[in-house]
Amino acid sequence: MSGPKSMTKDFLLAVEGLTVSFDGFKAVDDLSFYLDPKEIRVIIGPNGAGKTTVLDLICGKTKATTGSIKFDGKELTKLKEHQIVHSGVGRKFQTPSVFEDLTVFENLEVSYPKGHSVMGALAFKRDQEVIDAVEEVAETIFLTDSLNEPAALLSHGQKQWLEIGMLLIQKPDLLMLDEPVAGMSVTERQKTAELLRVITRDHTVLVIEHDMQFVGDIADRVTVMHQGKVLSEGSIEHVKADPKVIEVYLGH
Amino acid sequence: MKSSSSMKWFVSREGLYYLGLAALLVVILPLVLDPFRLNMVGKYLTYAFVAVGLVMCWGKAGILSLGQGVFFGLGGYCMAMFLKLEASTPEATAIQSTPGIPDFMDWNQITALPWFWEPFHSFSFTLLAVIGVPVLLAFIIGLAMFTRRVGGVYFAIITQAIAAILTILIIGQQGYTGGVNGITNLQTLMGWDIRTDEARNTMYFICVGMLFLVLFTARLVQNSKLGRILVAMNAQENRVRFSGYNVAAFKIFVFCLAAAFAGIGGAMFTLIVGFMSPSFIGIVASIEMVIFCALGGRLSILGAVYGALLVNVAKSGFSESFPELWPFAMGALFIGVVLAFPNGLAGLYQSYVMPLESRVFKRNRSTVKTGGTPSDAKLSADKDDDYDSMIDTYSPEKS
Repeated sequence: MSGPKSMTKDFLLAVEGLTVSFDGFKAVDDLSFYLDPKEIRVIIGPNGAGKTTVLDLICGKTKATTGSIKFDGKELTKLKEHQIVHSGVGRKFQTPSVFEDLTVFENLEVSYPKGHSVMGALAFKRDQEVIDAVEEVAETIFLTDSLNEPAALLSHGQKQWLEIGMLLIQKPDLLMLDEPVAGMSVTERQKTAELLRVITRDHTVLVIEHDMQFVGDIADRVTVMHQGKVLSEGSIEHVKADPKVIEVYLGH
Repeated sequence: MKSSSSMKWFVSREGLYYLGLAALLVVILPLVLDPFRLNMVGKYLTYAFVAVGLVMCWGKAGILSLGQGVFFGLGGYCMAMFLKLEASTPEATAIQSTPGIPDFMDWNQITALPWFWEPFHSFSFTLLAVIGVPVLLAFIIGLAMFTRRVGGVYFAIITQAIAAILTILIIGQQGYTGGVNGITNLQTLMGWDIRTDEARNTMYFICVGMLFLVLFTARLVQNSKLGRILVAMNAQENRVRFSGYNVAAFKIFVFCLAAAFAGIGGAMFTLIVGFMSPSFIGIVASIEMVIFCALGGRLSILGAVYGALLVNVAKSGFSESFPELWPFAMGALFIGVVLAFPNGLAGLYQSYVMPLESRVFKRNRSTVKTGGTPSDAKLSADKDDDYDSMIDTYSPEKS
């Protein structure tokens, strides 16, 4: 089903009728939502609502049972993970997953969008362009002073930033962040909000987050998920006032 | 510029390690050992080819193969087939009922050379096959396993099964393969008698030369971005995948690389030892190869060479005095490595000898360093320590 909505407007991401079922359990059930270019969308919802699964489906980690995910006109459900990355989708995982054995510089360098084939990686040279790109991103993610440190030595918050940096250096059109401030200290949270504001100037961002204040700070629009479906969608005020949302998620 | 930077490499710590190994293999051992013992060392070194491949495949990329003997054997059999055909001229085999085919075929009532033996009349084809056949098989296995995301223990078991299958196949098809005896009675290589002390001596040096070629290839891969991706893949496969890499392609590449190294080692084995048999390629042989790599230090390319040498020296020493005890000693050695020093000899060297070296080195280094922009120097200084840090940042609970 290609709904009328996707015909009328150019969305960067159009998810329509998306369903995935694990042994009969529908983790995501006939889900549809649309992202405008440069929009910041936050997905909230109780545990088990299927938020992370939605990101998994978009980035190809999980294959959809039915439905379509159109990104920039391309159907993502048929592509392999690395092809989805090449078409411009970056994904940050919930727990920081950086390469602990490599330095911060090398982490960013590995993510630099050049030399992704086997032969390309063999022939890859660390030229000035790469060094410049790495240093630029390192500054954005507050890690300029740690470039030559192994990533294993970074704090939890710094690892989260590094992983965001690894996405930024890929220059994706869509960034998907799964709980970027979970486990962060108050100062780290503020810095991350600042970082996201910088990022959202020229990226479309899809974020999963529980911290309602943080959500209010960054979101253009909020999608509330419950039991694999969209429960409510709109501005943060609209969503907060929605009795259904208060019932299942926010509490009275 | 180019030559000055390579000069710098030779006086770097890593360069000195390579020079040290070269001095040991090219100068010291040939001077102190008699031709028989030197030939033995040559044989041990052929296992080092496999161990270096395992460092890349298992140590770096985390793909444990318990079937490297398969690739070693395929390389070895390719070479043995060429040598056997050369030894089976119609004149030399005139007493057979079908002259001109290998003797074991005649004993098995085979009357014509099988088709797959034909191309091994050509030496250049044989050289290609020594690398090509193992790589082709590794490619097929890799394609079947890695694109389906089969890994870890499952992959190890499957490779071990393949080692068993190949052994059974070779033993069962006696008429085509020489069966359990293998391919024996090899005499000349393009008319050059390989059984003389002189030829064996020369073969030893060719083997050392090839080994260094393999070592430098491994080092090149390790220090390229591909090398970093292998290490990254080992720890965070999904992150690599979602950074835009086709993980399966990289796994297939490193598995084929290890197979190519093993194939070259196998061919050198045939040339040095003078025959090839299924006992060198089966499950036990394949597991021993993993032990060489583990003992040397599975993250260290040079460590693998020392591991292969030392375990084999210990093996022949032990077997000469207490043959029945060797399997127990070997088992104890492996348990010891895993429990007490999981980074092998290279890890021990790194924690106990290197700190001493560093003191001497730092003093020299500070007087040599010149030029370059500050950020340049920072990055290249980091590079110098790459070899060390590979061992340094390893933590045993992974894989």
